[in-house]
Amino acid sequence: MADLSINPGREYEPTFGDYFQLLKPRVMSLVVFTALVGLVVAPVSLHPFEAFCAILFIALGAGASGALNMWYDADIDAVMRRTAKRPVPSGRVEPGEALAIGVGLSGISVVMLALATNLVAAALLAFTIFFYAVIYTMWLKRWTPQNIVIGGAAGAFPPMIGWAAATGDVTLASVLMFALTFMWTPPHFWALALFMRSDYDDAGVPMLTVTHGRPATRLHILIYTALLAPVPIALGLTEVGGPVTLTLAVALSAWFLKGAVEIYRRDEVMAEADNYKVEKAFFRFSLYYLFVMFGALLIDALIRSIA
Amino acid sequence: MTQLRATHEIHKRRLSRNVGVGLTLLAMVGVVFGLTMVKVTRGDPMERFDHVARPALEAAAEESQ
Repeated sequence: MADLSINPGREYEPTFGDYFQLLKPRVMSLVVFTALVGLVVAPVSLHPFEAFCAILFIALGAGASGALNMWYDADIDAVMRRTAKRPVPSGRVEPGEALAIGVGLSGISVVMLALATNLVAAALLAFTIFFYAVIYTMWLKRWTPQNIVIGGAAGAFPPMIGWAAATGDVTLASVLMFALTFMWTPPHFWALALFMRSDYDDAGVPMLTVTHGRPATRLHILIYTALLAPVPIALGLTEVGGPVTLTLAVALSAWFLKGAVEIYRRDEVMAEADNYKVEKAFFRFSLYYLFVMFGALLIDALIRSIA
Repeated sequence: MTQLRATHEIHKRRLSRNVGVGLTLLAMVGVVFGLTMVKVTRGDPMERFDHVARPALEAAAEESQ
């Protein structure tokens, strides 16, 4: 029987799971969590269904950004070991499909967030998608080694959007939640770049490890970790903070700083000798750091609601 | 008459894609319906546009006079 396929020349037709992979589900999980925290700690409460819809559309907006990124970066994704199996570079999804899904989901998520909550949250989401897809992906990523610093802003917006969805405005507390993720991003990704060494080099992405060298990258990790330290402490002193946030902010920041100092004191000979053990531990800790800090905000919100 | 049946592995992939899209559309319908119910039952401001002046405009006009 002849197969009258829409694309007769196409050998592989993607499944729904292939399209879902375009949205970078692991990144979406961080977005969902931080947006949820921003929404829950806000002084105004939403109807549970509205809150669910807000988180859903923020997550979809983040997914749309991911799809657009996968469309544009298909060439360098194909070269990097970490990303070669993504749907577009592996040939499972056509680049045009990724673009269509990215643009379509962007529009749907922004409009639906505006209808579910308010225009401020929708505008922030629209700006986040634009920032990640255009400013970071199309411009900064291939142009400057500070790409991670500035581009990290895109991942830092979700708690601000969650807060705006509930309150309709931007305050110091929401800005500090943004700052927490924003300042955390550089040491997190530069530690990754230290031990995923050849991946970014092969793709020609101007990572700090290549443009300024690895000793400079270690120094930058230390500097940005030191700059990060006061942010969660300041957040703990705002109306969304509390004793749990403050305590964990001091403890985790001190531990994070200790890790950054260790990284700074090492050189490549030492790092290669133990297969980048300290760098990998620092990177793993950075994941817990962000999760625990936002979790602490939730706990303080719970304590306030009980009290 | 021959029975219609899936003859190729591609049909299973298409089925998963079609089921996924179908469920997504149903979820979208559910979300819009749910949001509508929440906002309507909460009594969010509603205004009529069916050939009747908007109450907000009428009130503003009265106040300005």
